[in-house]
Amino acid sequence: MRYELWPFITVALAATVFFGSRLLKERAQQIVLPLATFAVFVSFWQFGCDLKKYELRDPATGTVKLLEVFPTPGQTALELGRMLQDGTLLRYTVASLYRVAIGFGLAVLIGTPLGLWMGWSTRAFRAVNPLAQGLRPISPIAWIPVAILWFGVEDASAIFLIFIATIFPIVTGAYTAVHSIPSVYVRSARNFGLERTELFRYVVFPASLPQIIGSLRLALGIAWMVIVAAEMIAVQSGLGYVITDARNGNNYARVCGAMVCLGVLGILLDLGMRQLQKLDEVRWGFSNVA
Amino acid sequence: MAEPKIVVRGLNKVFQRKNDELVVLQDVDLTVAAGEFVCLLGPSGCGKSTLMNIIGGFETATSGTVTIDGAPVEGPDSRRVFVFQEYGVFPWASVWDNVALGLRKLGRDEQHDRIQHYIDLVGLKGFEKTYPSELSGGMRQRVAVARALAVKPDVVFMDEPLGALDSLTRLKMRAELLRIWQEEGMTILFVTHDVEESMQLADRVVVMSPRPGRIAEIVPIVAPHPREIDAPEYAETKARLYRLLGVTHSF
Repeated sequence: MRYELWPFITVALAATVFFGSRLLKERAQQIVLPLATFAVFVSFWQFGCDLKKYELRDPATGTVKLLEVFPTPGQTALELGRMLQDGTLLRYTVASLYRVAIGFGLAVLIGTPLGLWMGWSTRAFRAVNPLAQGLRPISPIAWIPVAILWFGVEDASAIFLIFIATIFPIVTGAYTAVHSIPSVYVRSARNFGLERTELFRYVVFPASLPQIIGSLRLALGIAWMVIVAAEMIAVQSGLGYVITDARNGNNYARVCGAMVCLGVLGILLDLGMRQLQKLDEVRWGFSNVA
Repeated sequence: MAEPKIVVRGLNKVFQRKNDELVVLQDVDLTVAAGEFVCLLGPSGCGKSTLMNIIGGFETATSGTVTIDGAPVEGPDSRRVFVFQEYGVFPWASVWDNVALGLRKLGRDEQHDRIQHYIDLVGLKGFEKTYPSELSGGMRQRVAVARALAVKPDVVFMDEPLGALDSLTRLKMRAELLRIWQEEGMTILFVTHDVEESMQLADRVVVMSPRPGRIAEIVPIVAPHPREIDAPEYAETKARLYRLLGVTHSF
């Protein structure tokens, strides 16, 4: 049959769930609603695959098979299973995560203090910010040739690209956080005799922490996007490499599998960053976070 | 009068603007005795907060002098503590850590006792580990008061500290404030635009007139606490204060 039936049933079911969910408790809604949307997405994916098929005639038996041009959700899942079995999934995921961890970690270690300093010292801000704002709009992808020239087709190239992609949002986030500290906090602290390092430790740093964590979350999201571009060109492993490599082998199920994996890991990374926002010391800055 | 604590002489404050000057304070003279509770009363924009900021060392005067205990004021000082309308309580620190802010240089035991004492004094026992975002406005204001008092200041500056509270909480906090003031005996300078609040609290009410801000009159309130300010003997003072503020008291 040309069209699979299940996408239509699933969409109908999801619609029923959506309209019926008002009867559910909040906790149940939080589980059921995203699942319904996910199911609709997969249904559309399947339906889209069914739209475009080509005929393949078996020369021996003369039977004609209808095949999809684009990998279906099922084929993608099967390919993901194969990648899991032969170990490429784990190996390449670890490779990507490792590069992001080092590049992002370095950007945090250098960018946060730099941004805090720029936020606190007007002269530091005046001196450094124009250059930072000039470098920031240069796409990380533009740095790929430079990275390969400097570091070769090695881990270091990808790490450098992640670093370049994330340091500017981190610096900007940190100084913006310091700039938006309500003056009443600084005045109170000065009133109690806090100066310099104490003022920094007890007020400037804790007051900017929620916004800093917010910008780190953003930066990690950027890092996770840039790593794919970096690995497509600058190295020979990682999830980005899987995508180019699979495309060259015309294995689009593998391309989709890697994309699914990127999405799932992206969710997990963001979930981890969101846990940071629940700490007592910063929770006050996120009154709207669920 | 007891020995003068705060002496303000010939104080002027002028803000430079693009094309002209704005005279915020003009020829202000004020003497506050040690242990006195003085309210600065006036409409918004009359310069009462500016005056207090200058006395507290957060702003500088254009001309004139401010001395506390005979020494000119040169900047903020932890012996003289501000309580702001918007509290300035740190949301990232627990009640305990907030009160500890000014006590960093004390020994562990003394610090501990002092913090506990002032948390108890403002009625926040049991909330030591709570964060300000989990407290009501009134409780947050108590944290600010405890934090200020914990350093045993000579002078407490309060800039409309009860302004953001609901009227019931405000009444309760006034009574608490008086009790604490009577226990601790510090000098309090208290900015408000609420006539009844000033009558309830102050030994003397300094009424200010706007633009340029100057002292219109200083009205002593000689009566023991607690005061029933709705009682007939206060009617005349109340009418006088309202008249000084340019409001005919006819309700």
